[in-house]
Amino acid sequence: MKSKVTIVMVLLSLSVLLWSNGKQDGPAAAAAESKGPIEITWWHAMGGALGEKVDQIASDFNAGQSEYKVIPVNKGSYSDTMTAGIAAFRSGEQPHIIQVYEVGTGTMMAAKGAIKPVYEVMREGGVSFDPSAYLATVTGYYTTAKGEMLSMPFNSSTPVMYYNKDAFAAAGLDPENPPRTWEEVAEVSRILVDKGVVSAGFTTTWPSWLMVENFSAIHDIPLSTKSNGFEGTDAEFVFNQTLVVKHHEMLAKWQKENIFKYGGRQSTAGPLFNTAEVAMTFGSSAGYSGYRKNCDFNFGTSFLPYWASDVGGIRNSIIGGASLWVFEGHSAAEYKGVAEFFSYLSSAEVQADWHQFTGYLPITYAAYDLTKKQGYYDANPGAETALIQMTTNQPTANSKGLRFGNYNQIRDIINDEQEAIFSGAKTAQQGMDDAVKRGNELLRQFEKANG
Amino acid sequence: MRDKQIIYKNPVLPYLLILPELVIILLFFFWPAAQAFYQSFLREDPFGLSSTFIWFDNYRDVLTDPFYLSSLKTTVLFSFWITLFSMSIGLILAWLVFQLRERDTYQTFIIWPYALAPAVTGVIWYFIFNPTLGVLPWVLSLFSVEWDPRLLGKQAFLMVTIALSWKQISYNFLFYLAGLEGIPKSYTEAAMVAGASRRQIFSLIIRPLLAPTTFFLLTMNMLYTLFDSFGAIHNLTHGGPNHATENLVYKVYADGFIGLNLGGSSAQSVIIMVMAVGLTLFQFRFTNRGGRA
Repeated sequence: MKSKVTIVMVLLSLSVLLWSNGKQDGPAAAAAESKGPIEITWWHAMGGALGEKVDQIASDFNAGQSEYKVIPVNKGSYSDTMTAGIAAFRSGEQPHIIQVYEVGTGTMMAAKGAIKPVYEVMREGGVSFDPSAYLATVTGYYTTAKGEMLSMPFNSSTPVMYYNKDAFAAAGLDPENPPRTWEEVAEVSRILVDKGVVSAGFTTTWPSWLMVENFSAIHDIPLSTKSNGFEGTDAEFVFNQTLVVKHHEMLAKWQKENIFKYGGRQSTAGPLFNTAEVAMTFGSSAGYSGYRKNCDFNFGTSFLPYWASDVGGIRNSIIGGASLWVFEGHSAAEYKGVAEFFSYLSSAEVQADWHQFTGYLPITYAAYDLTKKQGYYDANPGAETALIQMTTNQPTANSKGLRFGNYNQIRDIINDEQEAIFSGAKTAQQGMDDAVKRGNELLRQFEKANG
Repeated sequence: MRDKQIIYKNPVLPYLLILPELVIILLFFFWPAAQAFYQSFLREDPFGLSSTFIWFDNYRDVLTDPFYLSSLKTTVLFSFWITLFSMSIGLILAWLVFQLRERDTYQTFIIWPYALAPAVTGVIWYFIFNPTLGVLPWVLSLFSVEWDPRLLGKQAFLMVTIALSWKQISYNFLFYLAGLEGIPKSYTEAAMVAGASRRQIFSLIIRPLLAPTTFFLLTMNMLYTLFDSFGAIHNLTHGGPNHATENLVYKVYADGFIGLNLGGSSAQSVIIMVMAVGLTLFQFRFTNRGGRA
């Protein structure tokens, strides 16, 4: 009998242990218990060299003062990080700061009650904060109609054209005079392929970001009604009625003629350019250092091309990348620490260094000027292309950015339909009609869930 | 067997003894399953700030979603081809190895792939199949076959099928080999004395005696393609191009984790759960009747 009682006791205590393990103390409680600096957790999605840079920024901040300690934690890919953040919020274990990619912006903005707007954090933290010091085309993406900044831009990039100068020279083309229009891109590609220098003219990374979103911005045409979603969640896509359709018709035709070679979603097309299979690619300005490391030929950067048959020149391009959001549910002292950290992060020195190291855009004018003064662009002329493209023109309603809920899935839908168009399964019109139809369904879903 | 059955005098003790296991199942299966079941009736924003009880709307949306139906079809096709490939190749290899005197080396090498994590398998095949970096596209280009699974759905499907079958061949091989070893030698020897050919021995003696193993493997392979295919699909195609390789499990992930549509994703996982339970019950029923495996 005694042994049975022991067994029961052991089992009971085991199950109690299991239960209590599942419940952990919230971050607020943990911070209050510790005597040292106030800890600020920062979940991010920066891997490799970028992740090391993030660690360095945090440890520099920690070394500069003793009140706060920022702890960066890598949570995997962008979508992993966002999902982890959301799950953490639901169980009351959210970090202070989370990095969310630009397609998650609509979702985060709608999450009132989960998110503490950055302008509030800065005001309550008593940190001097001037939104006009930030690059308008960057902050515009993360700011309400009233001009209130909701998240802190961190790593923003914009796409540019990369071209292989050696290949241009080998085909008898001027390596210092890259094509500016789509007409020229096609012509140059034909020459490059005919001369046998490359197997196809150009490819693109991030096919929706480049060929639909940025394509529309630089041609000053709308993606949807309601100023690309800035004016309300009831926006409807219209890109099946614009130049985007003709452009995809041409891309599909070019795919057959080896002028264009589809290289997959996200940045999987990168190796096509690295291995000189194609002579031109379109991609994030943040890819600059990667190409410099991986290409054993000379390459240059240039502006995104436009259809000379339809417009006279380009507007600004729009950004991609990610921003830092602050979660609700922490103490005032912790938010003060977040404010201090954001202020440090925005300083010209930190931003200029981040910009030069990664190829992401500097988020303040001061950082841009500092980089100029340091002579960085004289040494790396290709690195300024993105900034010129972003800042030369005043953004319009069509080039301010985009703000759609569920955009992560919608971008996948656009990718689906682009693939169907490029493989010849659908015409450009059919594909874009379907993308708009399916995209609108998701917009309505989002409207319902958040309305 | 009945005479060996132990009857406990204390009616509570057996339950206490299985309590730890029950606690684990409760925590890691019933609790999340119940949550998924509940969530499948809600429309929620990702953060759980507002939720509306909408009865079967999520199920209706899922079942009328053409991509859900296509993922169902993809799942069935994957199951069919992967089961066919891996079981037939597994059986052939097992039969060949079984006839050898020295089996250990072959056995080890053939079983080896099974020890690899699905993600690793995905990466290996990614490098073989990658249109830009891979070996296979280069070989195919010598025969002027264009390889581009990034655009061509059929090629992507074939690629995932090969990657998934490869690993499963080891598993099937192992069970078939054990099955073959379990067949009394006297049967085949008697057949040989009677003058049966190898083919006759295989089709008239071996194959029927392996039937319980085949049946067991059939269910296991179907469960495998239903649940363990995620890693390979995620690494190779992300379900694309244009949903050509998106099966049920991958769609749960894509809608729930990428799309943050928790209600719809939960409804899908409930449907899969029902399917898996059905498949398992089916297997239990028939294997018990057969009295083997």
